Amino acid sequence: MTDATQVIEAPRSQWRDVWDQFRHHKGAMAGLCVLLLIVAFVVIGPFVWRVDGTYIDPDAAKMILGRNKPPSWAHPLGTDQVGRDMLARMMLGGKVSLAVGLVAMLVSIFIGTTVGVLSGYFRRLDGLLMRMTDLFLSLPLLPLLLVLMFLYGNLVKRAFGPELGTFLLVVLGIGLTSWMHSARIVRGSVLALKEREFVLAARSIGTPARRIILRHILPNVVSAVMVAATLGIAGAIITESVLSFLGLGFPPDFPTWGGLLNEGYVSLTTYPSRVIWPGIAISLTVLSVNYIGDGLRDALDPRIRGR
Amino acid sequence: MLDASRQPEPLVRVEGLKMHFPIYTGLFRSHTGDVKAVDGVSFDILPGETLGLVGESGCGKSTVGRALLRLYEPTAGRVIIDGEDVAHLSAEKLRQKRPTMQMVFQDPQASLNPRMTLAGIIGEPLDEHTSMSRAEKTQRIYELMDQVGLNRRFANRYPHEFSGGQRQRIGIARALALNPKFIVCDEPIAALDVSIQAQVVNLLEDLQERLGLTYLFISHDLSMVRHLADRVAVMYLGRIAELSPSKDLYSRPLHPYAEALLSAVNEPDPELAARRNRIILKGDVPSPANPPQGCNFCTRCPRVFDLCRQVKPDLQEVEPGRFVACHLFSDKTTAGTTGVPEARIEHNQQGASK
Repeated sequence: MTDATQVIEAPRSQWRDVWDQFRHHKGAMAGLCVLLLIVAFVVIGPFVWRVDGTYIDPDAAKMILGRNKPPSWAHPLGTDQVGRDMLARMMLGGKVSLAVGLVAMLVSIFIGTTVGVLSGYFRRLDGLLMRMTDLFLSLPLLPLLLVLMFLYGNLVKRAFGPELGTFLLVVLGIGLTSWMHSARIVRGSVLALKEREFVLAARSIGTPARRIILRHILPNVVSAVMVAATLGIAGAIITESVLSFLGLGFPPDFPTWGGLLNEGYVSLTTYPSRVIWPGIAISLTVLSVNYIGDGLRDALDPRIRGR
Repeated sequence: MLDASRQPEPLVRVEGLKMHFPIYTGLFRSHTGDVKAVDGVSFDILPGETLGLVGESGCGKSTVGRALLRLYEPTAGRVIIDGEDVAHLSAEKLRQKRPTMQMVFQDPQASLNPRMTLAGIIGEPLDEHTSMSRAEKTQRIYELMDQVGLNRRFANRYPHEFSGGQRQRIGIARALALNPKFIVCDEPIAALDVSIQAQVVNLLEDLQERLGLTYLFISHDLSMVRHLADRVAVMYLGRIAELSPSKDLYSRPLHPYAEALLSAVNEPDPELAARRNRIILKGDVPSPANPPQGCNFCTRCPRVFDLCRQVKPDLQEVEPGRFVACHLFSDKTTAGTTGVPEARIEHNQQGASK
C-alpha cells in the first residue's frame, strides 16, 4: 500500500468536524439564527430605527397624551408610561441584557470550572475549595449582592464611569454568586474521569498535570459545562432584572429587558403588551441559547457526531 | 558485548516492593489499617525476556505493574529499571525516564480518550517528549500504525469507531511511540474476543522480536502466559508464591497454590481431561487488609502444617532457576530448629524490607 495509490487525509482540526456536525443539528441551527436575529436587532436596529428611547417630551401635556399608546406607525410597539418609544427601548435594553447575560455567564462558568477542576483533580485542594463552595451556596444571594452594590457601587462607578461601572459591578456580582452549581457538577465529573484508564495512560506517558487537565479532563466535562452555561445565561438575565427592580442595577432611565418587565408589570392588566415584548425577547434568547448549547454539546462529542 | 555471553544484567530489578493502601475509618478518618495489595515482591527481568505474572483476581498483579511504572507511589522497595531506581526518582527525572517504560492497558475502550482522534492519541507521547515538526510527527504516527497493522486512513477516526482488537492496537502503538525498552502489559487481552486475543498476542511477540522489547505480561489467562512468557511468577495475596521458568512451572508446579492454579488450565484432550486431577481450593482468599499471620496461603493450602500458620516463608531458590515461597521446600534445619519465635515473623519477609 503506497501513498501514491490512495489519498490519505492529513490529520485535520477537530473544529471542522464540530462545525460539520453542528450544522446538521436542526434545533441548534434554528437557535443560532434566532440569536443572530436578536443580536442584529439590538446592534443594527438603532441605526435603522432612529428614535431615542430615553427621550421624554418636555411638554408635559404632550407627554401625558402620548403615554401608554398601543402600536401605531409612529411607535410600532407602542409607548411606555412616560411616552417613550418601546421599540427603541427594547433595542437599548437588549444590548445591555445580552451583554450582561453573556459576560456574567462566562465569569461564572470560568470560576466554576476552575474551582471544580482543581478540587476534583487535586485531592489536597478538594476540602478547602468545596467548603468554600458550600459557604457561597449558603449565603443569601440577594442581600449579598445588595451589600456589594452598596459598598463598592460608588467606588467602581467613579473609576469606570456610571454606565461601564454599573455594568462591571452587575456582571461581576452575578458571576461571583452563581458559579457554585457548575463547580459542583464539574467536580463530580472530574472525580469520575480522573480514575479512567486514559488519564492513567497519560500519566504513564509522563504528561504533566496541567496538560492532562487541558487535554483529557476538560474536553470530557464540556457537556456538563455547556448545560450549566446555557442555563446560566437565562439566570443572569433574570438576576439582572431583579437587581434593576430593586434599584441597585442599572438606573431606571437606562433600560434593560428585565427593567422593562418590571416597569410594565404594574400595568399588566391594562397594557399587557408592555410585558409581552420584553418577555418574548428574554424567552427567545434563553431558548435559542439552550438549543445552541444542546447542539454544541452533541457536536463536541465524537461518539454522537455523524449520526 | 562481552558481558552478553555471560549472565546479562537484568533490565528490571524489583526488590521488596510493597504497595499498601491506607484505610481510613470513623468520624475522624483515622488511619486504622492498610490494604496490603503488594507485600514484599522481588524479581528480575532480563533484557528481551517476557516475565508472566499470573494469579487470581485481586491478588495484586495489576498493582505490581502500576507500582513498577510509579503510577502509584510504592510504600517501600526499589524498582531499578535500566540502572535507575524509578521508585525514588524526582518528578522531573521520572518524566524524562518515562520513555523507557510504557504500559499497555487492560480495557482498550477505557484507556483511549473518546474525544481524541487516533492520530492525537498515538501522537501524545511524541508531543510530550520530542520536538518533532508536524510533518515528522505525522510520519512517525503512520510508521507506528503500520507497525501494529492499522490502516493509515484511520488516523482521523475516533476510538469508538474501532473494534476491540483495533483499539488495543492503538494502545500498543501509543506505548511504542517513544521506543521503550520495557513494556508492562496489564492484561492486554482480557477484554478481547478469543479470536482477537491471538492476533494481539502474535503482534506483541512479533514486536518483541523486531524491537527487542522486554515485557512484564500480567494476565490470568494461564495458557496465553504459557505461550508467551519465558518465566512465570505466580502471585497470591500480594506475594509471589512461585517464580519459575515457564516450561518447568507448567510441567511440574512446586508451590501448592501454583499446582492448584495450573490444574485449572483447560485440557483440550477429552481423555486426559477426564483423568486429570483437578485441585479445588476451599474457602475464600483472605482479605489483604488482614492477611494470615503465617503463610498467606495457609488458610486454603491442602498441604498445610503447623509452621505455615506461624511463619511467612521466604522466596528461595529450591532448584536452579526456580524460586518457591513454601515451607515444604525450605531448609528443614532452619524451619526445625528455630521453631516458632514471635520475633522472627516480622523479620521473615520476602525480599528486603526497608
